[in-house]
Amino acid sequence: MNAPVSMGPRPRNLLDFQDWSPERLTAILDNADTMLQVLDRPVKKVPALQGLTVCNAFFENSTRTRTSFELAARRMSADVLTFAAGASSVNKGESLRDTLEVLTSYKVDAYIVRHHASGAAHLVAKYSGKPVINAGDGRRAHPTQALLDAYTIRQEYGSLEGKTVAILGDVRHSRVARSNAELLPKLGAKVVLCGPATLLPAGLAALPGVTLTTDPREAVRGAHAVMALRLQRERMQGGFLGSLQEYADTYQVNERLMAEAESGAIVLHPGPMNRDLEISGEAADGARSRILKQVENGQAIRMSVLYHLLVGRE
Amino acid sequence: MTPKATILTADEVRRALTRIAHEIIERNKGAQQLALIGVHTRGIPLAARLAQKLSELEGVDVPTGMLDITLYRDDLSEVAQQPIIRETQVPFDLRDRRVVLVDDVLYTGRTVRAALDALIDLGRPAGIQLAVLVDRGHRELPIRADYVGKNLPTAAHEVVKVKVQETDGVDSVELWDMEALR
Repeated sequence: MNAPVSMGPRPRNLLDFQDWSPERLTAILDNADTMLQVLDRPVKKVPALQGLTVCNAFFENSTRTRTSFELAARRMSADVLTFAAGASSVNKGESLRDTLEVLTSYKVDAYIVRHHASGAAHLVAKYSGKPVINAGDGRRAHPTQALLDAYTIRQEYGSLEGKTVAILGDVRHSRVARSNAELLPKLGAKVVLCGPATLLPAGLAALPGVTLTTDPREAVRGAHAVMALRLQRERMQGGFLGSLQEYADTYQVNERLMAEAESGAIVLHPGPMNRDLEISGEAADGARSRILKQVENGQAIRMSVLYHLLVGRE
Repeated sequence: MTPKATILTADEVRRALTRIAHEIIERNKGAQQLALIGVHTRGIPLAARLAQKLSELEGVDVPTGMLDITLYRDDLSEVAQQPIIRETQVPFDLRDRRVVLVDDVLYTGRTVRAALDALIDLGRPAGIQLAVLVDRGHRELPIRADYVGKNLPTAAHEVVKVKVQETDGVDSVELWDMEALR
C-alpha cells in the first residue's frame, strides 16, 4: 500500500476554506477527474454513499446549485431529502433551529445549506452536529462554486500555479468572489478583483495573493481567466451605481476587454447571467467561454466534496 | 527489518506468471476476445506482463485496462485517511469480451467483490475470471480465483507483501509479521 498522503486533519464541514489545506483542496480537484469519468459511463452511479441521507436545505432560491447537489448526491447513491424554505413552515415563522431539529429527527447524515444570511451554514453545523456543506450563505462564501471555478481553470491549464484570475463586477455582494479570493491563492493563483469603487470592499486586499483595482483593462491584462460576476440588481437599491448602462460600458466582459487578456484566456461566469449587462452575448457564447463547462464540472466537484466529507465518517 | 520468509523470488514470480498465461490460454482456447484488467496498484503491472506473455505465446494483442475500486469499497476507514481515488481506464468495449481481472493478493475477497461491481458498471462482459499472484486464504465472501500463482496459507497477523519491478524496483513476494511492520 502507498504511504498515506499528508493533508492535515480532515475537516468536518465545508463552510469556507479556512480549515482546508492546499493538499486537501487539490485532492478534491483530483478526485473530480474520476467523478467526471463516472458521469460519462453507461451507469452514472457509484455506491460510495449508500445508506446515507443528505438533506438539501435551501432557505434561498436556487436552481442550478440545488439540482447539481441533488444529482451529485444521487450519483453517489445517497438518499436525498430536499427542503425548500418557500414551501415550508419557515413561512409560518418557524426558526432555523426548530426546522433543523425536525430535519435531524429524519436521521439526516449531512446537510447542504443555502441561506440568505451570512453565517447560517455555521449555525447549522453547530446545531445539527452533522457535516455541513455551505451552498452559499449571504455575501460570505460559496465554496463549491469556487472549487468548480478552480477546477475549470485547472482543466484548461493543467495547474493553477502562476495563473492570474480577474474577477469583475459586483464584488461587494458576491460570495463567489469572496470564496475564489480565498481559494485560488491557496492553489498558487493570483486574483485581481475589479469593480466600481462602491462595489469593491477595500478589506479584501488584505487577503494573500489578492489585489484590487477599479480599472477593468488593468485587471484583465495578463489574466488567464476572466470571470464576470452577476450584477445583483435586487441589491442595487443603495445607490452603488450611476446607471446600468454606465456600468455595462465600463465593466462588461466582452471581446474588446478580452483582447487585453492573455491570448487563449477563458471566460467564466457563475450564473445566472444578465446578458449584455455584465457580459456580452458574444463573450458568453464565444470560443473562450467555459460557462457550460463550469456547470458540468459543478456536479463532479460536488460529488468529490460529498465523498471527501462523508465517506468513512463514523 | 527483515521478512519472516521470501515466498517467491524474481525468477519464481516470472515462472508463476508464465504458468498463469498458459492456463488462461488453455481455459479460453486461445487469447481471442480476452481482456486483462489490473486492480490498483500492483494488479496493473501484473496485468501488463500477462498481456505481454499472451502476445508472445499466441501472437494476439490482448487489451489491458486499470480499475480503481475505491468508490465501491465496503470498508472505508482507510479511504478516510487517504481520500485519493486513482484512475480507472478501460479503453475498450467490454461487450462480448472475457475479462481476466488481475490482482496481486487474494485475501478476504472484499476487493474482488468491489472490483466485480465496478467492472459490471462499465459494461457487460461475456465473462469475468480472476487471476492472482498469491492466494493467502481467510476469505470472508464466497469468491475464489481461477488462476493462482502461489497458494500461501497464512496467519491473520501475517502480511503478504508483493513487490513488482515497476513500482518497487524488484520482483518478490515476502511474508512479514504485522508487529515487525509497525
